[in-house]
Amino acid sequence: MYFIVALSMIVFSAMAVTTRKILRAATYLLFTLFAGAVVYFMLDYEFLGAVQIAVYAGGIVVLFVFAILLTSRPGDNSERLTSKSRVLGAVAAIATLVITGYALISRVSVALAPKPEMQALDMQQLGSTLMGTGDGQYLLPFEAVSVLLLACIIGGVVVARKR
Amino acid sequence: MFCCGVYGFITRKNMIAMLVSLELMLNAVDINFVVFNRFLYPEQTEGMFFTLFAIAIAAAETALAIAIIINIFRAVRNIDVRSLNEMKF
Repeated sequence: MYFIVALSMIVFSAMAVTTRKILRAATYLLFTLFAGAVVYFMLDYEFLGAVQIAVYAGGIVVLFVFAILLTSRPGDNSERLTSKSRVLGAVAAIATLVITGYALISRVSVALAPKPEMQALDMQQLGSTLMGTGDGQYLLPFEAVSVLLLACIIGGVVVARKR
Repeated sequence: MFCCGVYGFITRKNMIAMLVSLELMLNAVDINFVVFNRFLYPEQTEGMFFTLFAIAIAAAETALAIAIIINIFRAVRNIDVRSLNEMKF
């Protein structure tokens, strides 16, 4: 089950960056995000999977589709990529893969470890950790993220204003 | 998935396609955090909270990037990164 999801995630993300039509890239991004949410559900983090579906797959992809429809007609294809940029991109991607793969495989000895036991995350405990001011609790980043979202809203309205 | 994002970011000319590959990179890093948290420290939830905040920040950053792209489209009428080579004055 895990292999199906991981393989589909890799295939969809590869198709998302190599297709020439942009609207198909947005659709493949949507499928990749759904596969990511399935991975979160399989790891017993249900809240995170739900947040991923609601925010990423439901919010950001819709925003992408709006931006695509505003800035280009969907019938156009992008032009064919020049070979110089493709070689450079492939070299950078393969270099990243080799370095991170080596760093990962040389430290971890088991490849298919079973999941360790974890009791399910209690929503009340999650809420109190998010809003608490104790030792390992996250009230300060929570407020900082809300200020960031406010700044982002104001910035977005100012940048995309009608002249 | 991160390598697909890197490849797409360097190769594509369309700005929205570059944003797509940026989203792929961010999502790959999020999954990495969650998996490490689950397998190495199953009692603590720090990886999950980091991923939660990373999702929120990525959403804010994508919205603002799309606003900037729409503004550029109004000024130049196309969204190629290779054709933006003039400053304002």
